[in-house]
Amino acid sequence: MAEEAIIDPAHESGEGVRRRDFINIAAVSFAGAGGIAVLVPLISQMAPSADVLAESSTEIDISAIQPGQAIKAVWRKQPVFVRNLTAPEIKEADAVPVASLRDPQSLSDRTKAGKTNWLITMGVCTHLGCVPLGAGEGEVKGEFGGYFCPCHGSVYDTAARIRKGPAPKNLEVPPYEFTSDTVVKIG
Amino acid sequence: MSFPWAKEYNPSQPFMVWLDEKLPLPRFVYNAIGAGYPVPRNLNYMWNFGILAGFALVLQIVTGVILAMHYAANAGVAFDSVEHIMRDVNWGWALRYAHANGASAFFVVVYTHIFRGFFYSSYKAPREMIWLLGVVIFLLMMATAFMGYVLPWGQMSFWGAKVITGLFSAIPLIGEPLQQWLLGGFAPDNAALNRFFSLHFLLPFVILGVIILHVWALHIPGSSNPTGVEVKTESDTVPFHPYYTAKDGFGLGLFLLIYFAVVFFAPNALGHPDNYIAANPLSTPAHIVPEWYFWPFYAILRAFTADFFFIPAKLMGVLAMFSAILVWFFLPWLDTSPVRSGHYRPLFRKFFYLIVIDVLVLGYCGGSPAETKYVLISQIGATYYFLHFLVILPIVSSIEKPAPLPFSITESVLGKDEGAVLTANPAAA
Amino acid sequence: MVRLFGPLVGLFFAVALLWSFGVGLVQAIREPEAATAIQLFHKAPEEADFSFNGVFGKFERPQLQRGFQIYQQVCANCHSLKQVAFRDLAALGYNEAEVKAIAKNWPTKAKTFDPKTGDAGERANTPADHFPPVYYAGTGNPPDLSLITKARHEGPEYVASLLQGYTEQPAALLKQFPDAKTPEGLHYNPYFANLNIAMPPPLTDDAVTYSDGTKATLKQESEDVAAFLTWTAEPKLEKRRQTGWAVVGFLLVATVLAYLAKKNVWANAH
Repeated sequence: MAEEAIIDPAHESGEGVRRRDFINIAAVSFAGAGGIAVLVPLISQMAPSADVLAESSTEIDISAIQPGQAIKAVWRKQPVFVRNLTAPEIKEADAVPVASLRDPQSLSDRTKAGKTNWLITMGVCTHLGCVPLGAGEGEVKGEFGGYFCPCHGSVYDTAARIRKGPAPKNLEVPPYEFTSDTVVKIG
Repeated sequence: MSFPWAKEYNPSQPFMVWLDEKLPLPRFVYNAIGAGYPVPRNLNYMWNFGILAGFALVLQIVTGVILAMHYAANAGVAFDSVEHIMRDVNWGWALRYAHANGASAFFVVVYTHIFRGFFYSSYKAPREMIWLLGVVIFLLMMATAFMGYVLPWGQMSFWGAKVITGLFSAIPLIGEPLQQWLLGGFAPDNAALNRFFSLHFLLPFVILGVIILHVWALHIPGSSNPTGVEVKTESDTVPFHPYYTAKDGFGLGLFLLIYFAVVFFAPNALGHPDNYIAANPLSTPAHIVPEWYFWPFYAILRAFTADFFFIPAKLMGVLAMFSAILVWFFLPWLDTSPVRSGHYRPLFRKFFYLIVIDVLVLGYCGGSPAETKYVLISQIGATYYFLHFLVILPIVSSIEKPAPLPFSITESVLGKDEGAVLTANPAAA
Repeated sequence: MVRLFGPLVGLFFAVALLWSFGVGLVQAIREPEAATAIQLFHKAPEEADFSFNGVFGKFERPQLQRGFQIYQQVCANCHSLKQVAFRDLAALGYNEAEVKAIAKNWPTKAKTFDPKTGDAGERANTPADHFPPVYYAGTGNPPDLSLITKARHEGPEYVASLLQGYTEQPAALLKQFPDAKTPEGLHYNPYFANLNIAMPPPLTDDAVTYSDGTKATLKQESEDVAAFLTWTAEPKLEKRRQTGWAVVGFLLVATVLAYLAKKNVWANAH
């Protein structure tokens, strides 16, 4: 409200006016600064809340996944693909020259040493966030034998690297560790 | 309408000229709360409360819309979702305390605004429509506040919902089915909570609409003023901007100081501890009371303890409680004194102070437990309440001899009004 | 019309009210309301010198930790704390590893449910979990304690007074109200709303051994747990007051400036 006080009827002159103008400008500036400060809580309330940020890590039992199979787990409310690669699939992934890829990464960059058969990636297409097919039983795996995103036709290979279609990046590898030979802790 | 000397909006920048031709919104604002609206020069600080009420509504809408982003209107999780807001949502505690105390602030401001209207008879012609719309706003506010109080689904929320909808069961024949229809069940539960949430979200925007009508109606005769003498000449007015924008800015600062002091240092002072206990349909709190702004009316409701001829006490209480507000609709025709301002009405003024004290006493009794002494006091208080508006005001306005009025607003401010004398007697010029 | 019917309606309500008043007054004189044992013997909570009292008050971390120790070792047997998550304990001054350990070692485990097999199971709590629910089959309904200090008038003082308030039922009470004898299984406590509480006295001197070496008197324990429960009810208390001072300070300056600006503007009008 005070901000409009700035327009003082202009029939005064001299020092008085300057001092008055200063006070009016200061009052308006304070009102403006206050208004901007109020925006901080109004905007930051939409950011993830403490309980969401505290979302714990997920532990997954992988003992039942046979080579060639994959499961979908949930981490931070998003799907995670855990895939037990077969030897031919590993060979196929290793055969691709890394430099020719859109997002150059080798399979060993994307897996843990000694556990190269366990490919753990987010099930979130790097194009616009759909869940690619290929992890579920009987789902289409796409022409490169990995994953296929039905939304806009992105195709991933057996190392879940982008090979074709609009997605810019390989499927993201979340932070994870093996707590034992059969349990993976994601996050 | 405006006064002939109102400044005309005259944009100089090409863009503003262009905009004025296509959508004269700046012109509208200029004429509503800008330099184009001439306002009596003698308004005192009681005239700040209209703007403050508008500000309080905006505050409630902004914080409310945000709370609705985090709140869950389901009886199973509503209470926990409020605690989620208080604990986990960024700044959630501040927003919720701002909203809960914002309701109280809104009512403080609106009650002051209403009693300003009582003292200065702001309801009188030509401003009846402003007053009527104002009473509608007040009724909508009460409904909104009640439904908002149900949402946290604490003990007071639940039992408030049960008791207030129980009022409708006093209505003969259709009462019981009506209560069940309002609740969507036999007791407050998911159905009631969800509809209250929906309506609590909707009604503030209805209030906003009626406020626009209220302000529109205000701009036809122009603002009233403490003398009650209508504006005669240009020297009686000053442009709203910058004079009243500056004054309202200062008033807003004071309001915010008090409001935020409560929000940050005593946020639960106006609430009730029982509402921090999750709703329990099997156990009523020992002492249930509504929020403070309903206390005077709650006292009137409870004042009827004996059946009156064939009318059950419960029905009388409900009728009286609603009538206590409905009588305000008839004020313009109950008080027929030609003089508006209480400053020039010695007898009226005494009764005005009486009704202020009476409403405060009723409020105190309404917030107290239903013990005999409080009930007896509220019976006397409620009797005076109805006599004041329906019997005393009409009588006072016909027998009272008002004090002499100033010739004009300018005269009341400066002690003389040369301009008006000249206008009134052009021959003397 | 209004001036004709208005006064009639007014008189109608006035007469009905005076009728109620008369009936009530006669009844009050004939059968004056007798004082009850609760009115005469219930006590308001005693003042306590908490560090968080007053607008500048702050929590004392060591006291909150002691209070948590009491909750953990005594209260948690019957009372839940379901609005609070283990991660929140970081605010008491515990580091991440300590919080993890508290969650992991909490005796009541988190429940799990496998939607494929339908099997229910258990797992250790994690910092993200809330304190697990507590089921209590005995007499009374131990309330959840998360919000208890906000759910009672003068909550922190109430909790501290109640815990120290167990006494024998006064002889004067039994003399005046022979029927008001504390029922079997309940305990007399003048700070409890109806004087008889189901909870047996939970604390005594040295009920716990404080890890920080503070002497565990009944008063100390009661105030420590009251402080802890004040934190559980209002974890943002300190941030709230801190923000409050910033806002009020800012508004004071802004309001003075607004006043001066208003004076400037009006200087031309008079």
